[in-house]
Amino acid sequence: MERLAVSKIKCGTVIDHINAGKALLVLKILAIRPGCRDRVLIAMNVPSRKMGKKDIVKVENKYICDDELNKIALISPKATINLIENYEVSEKKRVKLPNVVEGIIVCPNKNCITNSREPIKSKFHVEKNGDNVKVVCHYCGKKIYELDKYIV
Amino acid sequence: MKLKHLISIDDLKKDEIIYLLELAEEFLPVAEGKKIRKDLEGNLLANLFFEPSTRTRMSFEVAMKRLGGNVVNMTAQEASSIAKGETLADTIKVVSKYVDVIVLRHPLEGAARFAAEHSDVPVINAGDGAGQHPTQTLLDLYTIKKESKLDRLKIALVGDLKYSRTVHSLIKALALFKSEIFLVSPQSLNLPEEILEEIERKTKIEKAELEDIIDYVDVLYVTRIQKERFPDEEEYLKVAGSYKIDLNILKKAKSSTIIMHPLPRVDEIDISVDKTHYAKYFQQAFYGVPVRMAILYELLRR
Repeated sequence: MERLAVSKIKCGTVIDHINAGKALLVLKILAIRPGCRDRVLIAMNVPSRKMGKKDIVKVENKYICDDELNKIALISPKATINLIENYEVSEKKRVKLPNVVEGIIVCPNKNCITNSREPIKSKFHVEKNGDNVKVVCHYCGKKIYELDKYIV
Repeated sequence: MKLKHLISIDDLKKDEIIYLLELAEEFLPVAEGKKIRKDLEGNLLANLFFEPSTRTRMSFEVAMKRLGGNVVNMTAQEASSIAKGETLADTIKVVSKYVDVIVLRHPLEGAARFAAEHSDVPVINAGDGAGQHPTQTLLDLYTIKKESKLDRLKIALVGDLKYSRTVHSLIKALALFKSEIFLVSPQSLNLPEEILEEIERKTKIEKAELEDIIDYVDVLYVTRIQKERFPDEEEYLKVAGSYKIDLNILKKAKSSTIIMHPLPRVDEIDISVDKTHYAKYFQQAFYGVPVRMAILYELLRR
């Protein structure tokens, strides 16, 4: 067997089968930012039998809740989640596309109320668009087809 | 019908639209001043206009008062000073304690839906930026029903189909009624592709030249072509001139055809047309009153 690109973790959450090149967006979605104290391992563009290339993110000592993890489906619908306990996989699951996403996406419409100084969180309705995902702003109705640019 | 706010025409199902149009019909004699009703006596409406508008604001005021209700106004000028430092959320929280219904016009898209989240009382969207203006759409539909027909309607939308929110909302509603839609616009002001694709799935819609469909359509819905949309005056005059409705082009129209326009008009329709039986745009503006009566009645009856 090939050597693992990133080492095993003792316990925590492994997000596997992330679309190649999207690991940094996954960090954004999970709000892992500069200053964060969690131990996080990232592998990008590692070979994958199923996907050709994929990214992996491992967050140690943290079990991330489903609502957070499911947001990853926006950019990587095939991502899988492994919860690790004592170096063993204790639970395996797939991300599920949420119907509504609050926060994380910025509406590209500059004239949208969510981009004003009002006390407001962005909110998008998620729709499947073939293999891709389309989101629609709850407030102004703006549709986004290429999400990557608008995730913060 | 369980309507709490009126934010977007998309929030209404076809049968709810039909219901509101029938209710408007019931209020028509009241709007005309031929009948007196006091259904909304004791109710207070606040017009919150963060952008100037005369027609919409006045017709809400007229509708409310003709039904025995009362109105307080906040004009764009006052709004700007009140809003200084205060968020819309706070303004709405305060005003919704004063009154029974809020009519809001705001320059930002989505403002009305946001306001509704902070309001204890119904919010009616009277235009949010380039977004929605559902009461305009309802009065357009009422005019079509009253002066033409909603079933198997053949309608041409003429002028600025790219930026006109009135057109975008109306088109969506017309799709519910399976109207046959013709789009007459200069290349640079075509209907956005996204909307076209959405409507194509629901009803017959195609681009056309005015001369080819003028003898076929029941309604000519004309919108203003704005000068600002063109790089220079000459280009504007050329384009605007070719979409102008005058007596000459109307020679080919069916005698039952009607002309509508959301107003204000600049010179898309020659004033000589005003005296003809085709012209329904002033009537259309008046129908804003019974339609808004119906909406207010529906939102305020408990």
